[in-house]
Amino acid sequence: MTIPSDQLIIFDNVSKFYGEILGVNRVNLQIAPGITSLVGPNGAGKSTLMNLMTGLLQPTRGSITLLGIPTDQPERLFRKVGYCTQFDSFPRGLTGREFINAYLRVHGLDNKRINELSQVALERVNLVDAADRKVAAYSKGMRQRIRLAQAIAHEPVMLILDEPLNGLDPMVRAETIALFRRLAAEGLHLIISSHILHEVDMMSDRVVLLNNGYIVAEGNIHGVRDEMEEHPMQILIRCDQPAKLAAYVFAQDHVVEARLHDDRGGLFVKTRDADGFYLMLNRAVAAGEVNIESITPVDDDMSAVYQYLIGTSGGSA
Amino acid sequence: MSSAINVVPERTGEPSSWGLWLRQIGAIFRFDIQKNFLGRRSILIYLLALLPLFPLFVLAIFRPPGNEWRDFNRYPEIYAMLYNGLILRTVVFFGCAWIFMNLFRGEIVDRSLHYYFLSAVRREVLVVGKYFSGLVTSIVLFTGTTVAAMLLLYLPRFTSQSVRYLIEGHGLTQLLSYAGITILACIGYGAFFLVVGLFIRNPIIPALLLYGWEWLNFLLPPLLKKISVIHYLNSLTPVLISEGPFAVVAEPTPAWIAIPSMLGVTLLVLALAAYRIRHMEVRYGSD
Repeated sequence: MTIPSDQLIIFDNVSKFYGEILGVNRVNLQIAPGITSLVGPNGAGKSTLMNLMTGLLQPTRGSITLLGIPTDQPERLFRKVGYCTQFDSFPRGLTGREFINAYLRVHGLDNKRINELSQVALERVNLVDAADRKVAAYSKGMRQRIRLAQAIAHEPVMLILDEPLNGLDPMVRAETIALFRRLAAEGLHLIISSHILHEVDMMSDRVVLLNNGYIVAEGNIHGVRDEMEEHPMQILIRCDQPAKLAAYVFAQDHVVEARLHDDRGGLFVKTRDADGFYLMLNRAVAAGEVNIESITPVDDDMSAVYQYLIGTSGGSA
Repeated sequence: MSSAINVVPERTGEPSSWGLWLRQIGAIFRFDIQKNFLGRRSILIYLLALLPLFPLFVLAIFRPPGNEWRDFNRYPEIYAMLYNGLILRTVVFFGCAWIFMNLFRGEIVDRSLHYYFLSAVRREVLVVGKYFSGLVTSIVLFTGTTVAAMLLLYLPRFTSQSVRYLIEGHGLTQLLSYAGITILACIGYGAFFLVVGLFIRNPIIPALLLYGWEWLNFLLPPLLKKISVIHYLNSLTPVLISEGPFAVVAEPTPAWIAIPSMLGVTLLVLALAAYRIRHMEVRYGSD
């Protein structure tokens, strides 16, 4: 199904150079609604890509549209888009509520609407109790949340979040991920950059992997993983007859390795066709050849994709 | 969030409507004027605005030596020298430099400019809102200084004479003329320093260059004199003062040319600011 361009983020041959230094190069990308994560090590170009798509930076070459709106039209763009940057700074002397209200007022809203929207935003990020305290007295996590509240306060349809989980304690981090999920379920288009790969795995419908200013891979995490033919998928199967299963799977062309687990209670398989393998396994179970206790894809996740494509270990980019 | 989609545009009218722009200018003005008057950076402006009043206050208490202080007829000239030398060329000049350069440069230093850039507002509207906030701040403070300095000079020693001069003589006209010149100076210098703050990372250097150019104006040939703000402002002063034996004398520009010229140049400079901000990037690290 073709998605109309007014629902997409479109990068058309975009490059950004800071003098001689490369920011991103020749980015051709279409991001569809849902939750998309930008992943890559420091300096990969994640923030540059986000700043380009919100007009904080202007491309050296190429063009960008969000929901059909060029990025040089902030008056139209930010009626639909909210951006929570990584800049941990605020205008001086404001309370959390004043901070949100001030910029809602700049949008041109009336006071009644401003008060309604800021209250809803504060509730969403659980900061109602601290809303009338000065932002300068907030903890790092609270500052992160008030910036998030400011970004969602005008009820955008697209939300761009640069490392939104930084500085949050585990409890708030889980709440925030749940909030992102709720926002996505309500139809919001979310673009998130993160270096915590298991969180990317938990949150994202699709990923864009960046390294050294280039897009290395993009798409559904499992789709990206499937396409990496030089790295066969690794699957651990716990079952009652691993030796019998090993003989069974060796007959398949796509299986490149099958090894008994050290405790003899399972089988470790490497396959070039995960879908074909799962189908074969279903047949074996249906035929009563083997009883499966568990199946665990060992490297069908963001961390493994990251490691294979970029070459550093997962967990933190 | 279920009611989220497209709520804002419907409630705020067409993005390009004048009504919306005026509301946005009002919001920016309100936000920035608080920073201008109450922010950390405003202390310097208050000190500058009070600078001419301190010596006048001292002179009001302690009678200075010299006959000129006893002659009421010399006071318009004394005030003209004070206004030209201290208020206009120093207080208004550096005050405007500080206020208008910080409108954008201050936000870059504080790393808070991006919040404006990420709002649904035309960047040109942002320039207008910020310029008006700077203008009102500088006009209130420096016109206040202009008026207070005149009253503080005249009233303590020649109270009844000064009241008569202000009400029945030329005093009020002169006072309004000086206030008008201060307002024009804020308009002109303000636009210049706003643009300097947008283009140049360290705006102190161009400010000092302009300061030098304005001070040396009396030495310049008549044609070059006209490429300065101070020439047009001096042309409007109600009491002409000597610029010294080395001054190159030039005909003052008539008010009907000086005022529209200054306003016209101001508009051009603001258009340049609008162009600049339309293409401006937020990269705090390199700013």
